[in-house]
Amino acid sequence: MRAKPEPMQVIKERRDGALLRLVKAVPYIGFMGISFDRRGDELTATMAYSDMLIGNPAVPAIHGGATAAFLETAAIIELAWADIWAKIEMERLSGAEIAALPIPTFPKTIDFTTDYLSVGHPRDVYARARINRSGRRYASVHVEAWQDNRSKLVAQATGHFLMPSKDG
Amino acid sequence: MTHSSKNMAQHFATALPHCKALSMRMDLLEDARAVMSMPYDARLIGDPATGVIHGGAVSALMDSCGGASVFMHPENAGASVTLDLRIDYMRPAKPEERISAESHCFHVTRNVAFVRVTAWAGEMKDEPVATATGAFSFKHKTKGRA
Repeated sequence: MRAKPEPMQVIKERRDGALLRLVKAVPYIGFMGISFDRRGDELTATMAYSDMLIGNPAVPAIHGGATAAFLETAAIIELAWADIWAKIEMERLSGAEIAALPIPTFPKTIDFTTDYLSVGHPRDVYARARINRSGRRYASVHVEAWQDNRSKLVAQATGHFLMPSKDG
Repeated sequence: MTHSSKNMAQHFATALPHCKALSMRMDLLEDARAVMSMPYDARLIGDPATGVIHGGAVSALMDSCGGASVFMHPENAGASVTLDLRIDYMRPAKPEERISAESHCFHVTRNVAFVRVTAWAGEMKDEPVATATGAFSFKHKTKGRA
């Protein structure tokens, strides 16, 4: 007999719990005001505007370093999320079981190239990351950031990452 | 390099809100060169297991330092913005250590400035935490726009 589908609330609690656990583990994500929205397994990162993100107060524009940091964060969380997704979905972990998991080891950035395409205005920035290659040791991720129009990018970036070893 | 451009570049670290948020400091300004640094801060931790600072905070320091070195180029005639910046991470920055970056704007054309940046933790300048290469927009003093 087929297993009964899980109630939606149980699924959401598991997925949102696992995502929040990743994000809350990193102090810098909180410092930068970065949060993540989830639709199924798709993530959208938001860097909420605050005055301390400004680089050039004369324009004013968001600091290029802050934009790069935001894109790198979106890439790392995307990789860690893809990794944990398989585990929590396969094992159908409960909210309590997820809370008891050890803090995940994050992928390490090998290199990260940011391409600045337009001025970052003083408002929220959004980003989505796409994993183009994910092997046992190395991953390649592309990230795009925008503000008002999804098609008018503020910046894009490509990075390579060293994945945490699975066998300790 | 004019006295006023040096004066303006000195204020990079304190006048730019994001640099101020990371407590950056301008340590050296010369022709086409800059050294900037920032203290270790637990709020910037990117790897909770080791306490190592997030690469993003190092990016912000290297980008700022790169911009300062472009600003200090003798042929510079205006404000620059980053066109692209590639960062290679060599090793984790040792926790509790101050992070420094040194940038050299080694070539300029009419419209573009090229920089190389090195970042290190504490006094370990010969064992860089990260290196970067970048291109910035540039206004040349004498060549004019192509």
